[in-house]
Amino acid sequence: MANPSPTLDQPPELYEKHKVIHNKRVDGPFRRFKWLAMVVTLGIYYITPWIRWDRGPYAPDQAVLIDLANRRFYMFGIEIWPHEFYFIAGLLVMAGIGLFLVTSAVGRAWCGYACPQTVWTDVFQHIDRLFDGDRNARIRLDKAPWGLSKITRRTSKWSVYLLISLVTGGAWILYFADAPTLFQDFFTGQAAPVAYATVGILTATTFVLGGFMREQVCIYMCPWPRIQTAMLDEKSLIVTYKDWRGEKRGSLKKAEKNPGEYGDCVDCLQCVAVCPTGVDIREGAQIGCITCGLCIDACDQVMADVGRPRGLIDYATLEDCKNEAAGGAPKPPWQTLLRPRTFVYFGVWGAIGAALLFSLGVRSHTDLTVSQDRNPPFMLMRDGSVRNAYTLRLRNMESRPRDMEIALDGLPGGLLWTGSIQRENAARSQTVEVPADATRTVRAYVVAPSDTAGQSFAFTLTSLDEQRESDTSETRFVTPEESP
Amino acid sequence: MANDPHNETRVDQPTGTEFVGHEWDGIEELNTPLPRWWLWTFYATIVWAVVYVVLYPAWPLVNNATQGVLGWTSRGQLAEEISTADMARQGVRDQIAAIDIVKLPANPELMQRAVAGGAAAFKVNCVQCHGAGAAGSPGYPNLNDDDWIWGGDLEAIEFTLQHGIRWEGSAQTRFSLMPGFGEVFSDGQINALAGHVLSFTDRGQSSATGAELYDINCVACHQANGSGNRTFGAPALNDAIWLYGSSEAEVRQQIAVPNHGVMPGWKDRLDPVTIKMLAAYVHSLGGGETLPAPEVAVLEEGNGQP
Repeated sequence: MANPSPTLDQPPELYEKHKVIHNKRVDGPFRRFKWLAMVVTLGIYYITPWIRWDRGPYAPDQAVLIDLANRRFYMFGIEIWPHEFYFIAGLLVMAGIGLFLVTSAVGRAWCGYACPQTVWTDVFQHIDRLFDGDRNARIRLDKAPWGLSKITRRTSKWSVYLLISLVTGGAWILYFADAPTLFQDFFTGQAAPVAYATVGILTATTFVLGGFMREQVCIYMCPWPRIQTAMLDEKSLIVTYKDWRGEKRGSLKKAEKNPGEYGDCVDCLQCVAVCPTGVDIREGAQIGCITCGLCIDACDQVMADVGRPRGLIDYATLEDCKNEAAGGAPKPPWQTLLRPRTFVYFGVWGAIGAALLFSLGVRSHTDLTVSQDRNPPFMLMRDGSVRNAYTLRLRNMESRPRDMEIALDGLPGGLLWTGSIQRENAARSQTVEVPADATRTVRAYVVAPSDTAGQSFAFTLTSLDEQRESDTSETRFVTPEESP
Repeated sequence: MANDPHNETRVDQPTGTEFVGHEWDGIEELNTPLPRWWLWTFYATIVWAVVYVVLYPAWPLVNNATQGVLGWTSRGQLAEEISTADMARQGVRDQIAAIDIVKLPANPELMQRAVAGGAAAFKVNCVQCHGAGAAGSPGYPNLNDDDWIWGGDLEAIEFTLQHGIRWEGSAQTRFSLMPGFGEVFSDGQINALAGHVLSFTDRGQSSATGAELYDINCVACHQANGSGNRTFGAPALNDAIWLYGSSEAEVRQQIAVPNHGVMPGWKDRLDPVTIKMLAAYVHSLGGGETLPAPEVAVLEEGNGQP
C-alpha cells in the first residue's frame, strides 16, 4: 500500500467538546415503565430509612440501619454482626451474579432502568424540560446569548438541581443513624462532621454527575458498559434497529416516488432525538446505548403515524435478527430467557441465596471464645494449688440481657471463679449476666489441686433461658510439671 | 484501500470513525478524541499538585525537605493526636483522682478504666522487674498469686506503690530486715533451722535443735506455725510460694546471708492517679484481697464490642 496520506495542514481536534444532549419528550410503554422504575427505585431510596421496626428496648427501631459505630447491620428481622460479614459478602456476590443473570436474560436492563446514574439523569432531564421546554426550546436557549432571562432560568434550574442533589446526599446518611434524630440534628447543626462531609460530597457528585456529566459517566467513567461488551452475545436481548427492514432510509415522499426502493425507516431521526445518551441506534449496539427503549417508543409512534408495522426498532437478539432477516418468524422475547446460561446463573444465584438463608436460620445467638493467659501460663497458689487464667468472651446476640452459665467440662477437681465472683465462691460453674446485644469479656480463674496434671478441658456456655443455646470452647490447663 | 489525498473525511467502515490521516505501514489512526472535560480534570490535578507542594512538605533537599507553609509534620500530627487522646482521658483521670481507692470497686466502670490505665502504666514502669505478665522472678515478687508480704488489698497495694519497700526516698517506706545468721550460727545449726522451716510444708525434717532455734530467733516475726506477719513484712514460711527459692540450699542461704530486695517508692515519680490505677491493675491480676470492710465485688469485666 502506498502512503499518499494528506499532509495535515490542520491537525484534528484532540479533545472533543461535550455535546449536551437535549432529549425529546416521548410517551409509550417503555417510557411508562421507566417512570415506574424511577418511582420504585427513588421510593425505596428515600423511604427505607424512615421505616420503623420494633426490636424491643435494647436495639434500634429502624428497619434498615448500618450502625457503623456499634458495628451492627440491621435489615428488618435480620441483625448482622461483624463476624457474620460473610452474609454481606454473600449478598454482594449475589448482586454481582444477579447482574450477570439480568444481563443474560434481558441485556442491559440495569443500565436502562435501575442504575442510579440513569434514574437521576432522568430526573434532571425532566427538570430541564420543566424549566426550559422540550428539545428545540432547550437547544435554542443553549445557543442564546447570556442575558437576564437566561441567567434567571439557569440559576433557578440549577438551584433545583442543587436541592435534589442535597436531598439525595441527605438521604444517604439516614441509613447510618437513627433517621428522625439525625434529620433533626442535621438541621440544628448537631450532627457529626462526617455526616455533613458525606452529604457535601454526595450532593456535589449528584449535582455534577446527574446535572452535567450524564451520559459521559456511562460512556467514559463506568466500567459496566465495557464489561457488558464481554457479557453480551448473539442470544442477548438488546435494543436493535432492524436494518434489513429499515434500509434504505428515505422520506415518505421519496418512497412514494420510487416504490420498492426504500425501507421502512423514514429517517425522521426521532430515535436520536429522544435518546437520553444521544446515540443513533441505527448504527447498531454500542457502548452508549443503555437499552432504555425510548427509541422504540419514538419509532413505534412514527410507524403508527405513517401506517407501517411497529418494531422497526425493538428488543431482539442478534440471532433473531438474522433469523428474521432471512424471512423466519420472530421468536417471542421470553424465549431468550430459557437457555443454559440463564439457568446456570440463576442456579448459582439461587444456591448462594439458599445457603445464606439456611445459615441465617440455624445460626446460634450465643457464642463463647476462650483465650488462655500465656504470661504467666500458670500460677502457683499459697496452698500449692495451681491457677490458670482465661479471658472469656460471652456473646449474646439477642436483644435482651441474658443470664448465662459458664461451666467447666473436664478437669477433675477444678474450680472456677471470675473477676466479679470472688474466690470464696469458686465452683464448677458460675452464672453471669450478659447485656443485651453485646459481648461481655469475663476474666476467669480456674484452680486445680496441686497433683493435677496438665490437660485439655473445655468451657461450656449455656444461656439460661428457654432457648438453652450453648457453645463449647476447648482449651488447656497448664501446670508447673509440664511447663518448659 | 486506496487513499485519496483530496478526501479529507474518510470513514473507517467497521467502526464508523473518521481517520486522522496518520498512517504507518498500513495501520491508520482513527479519530477518537478524548472528551474535553477529561483534559480539565488533568489540569485540575496539576493545580492540586501545585497547591499541595506549597502547603505541605514536598521537595527533598540535601539535608531536609521543603517545609510547606502549613508547617505540617507527621510528628506534629502524632503529638496532636496524643494530646487529643489525653484530653479525652482527662475526664476519667479526674474521676479517679476524686475517688478514694477503697470506693473504687463499688464503681465497676471506673474500676475497669483504672485497670486498663494501670495495665498501660505497668508496661512502662514495672515490667523491668516484675515481668510483662507480672509473674516476677526470684527476688521479684509475683503479683498474680495470693501471697502478699505486706498485704494485698487495694489500700495496701497503693501504699506499697507510693512508698516502696526498703526505699530510702520515703520516710514511710515499708521496712523489714531479716537478720543474717551466718556469722552467729554454725552450719549444722543453720541446716537444722532450714529443716524445721521446710517441715512446715512437709519437705524437711524438723529436729529438736531446729525447733529450738526457730522458737528463740524466728517466732517473733514468722510466727510459731510459720504463717508470717504482715505488720513486720515477715513472709509466710508455710506456703508454696518462696520469693528467694524453696530448695533447702536457697532457704539456708536466706537464713545465713539474706537478700533484701528493694521496691522503689513511686510517690515522687508518678502522679497519684497513675499510682491508683496501678494499684487497681495489680489488684485485678487474680490475687487481690478484699478490703477489710465489706465491699461490692470487684468488677473488671466490660461489655466490650467484639
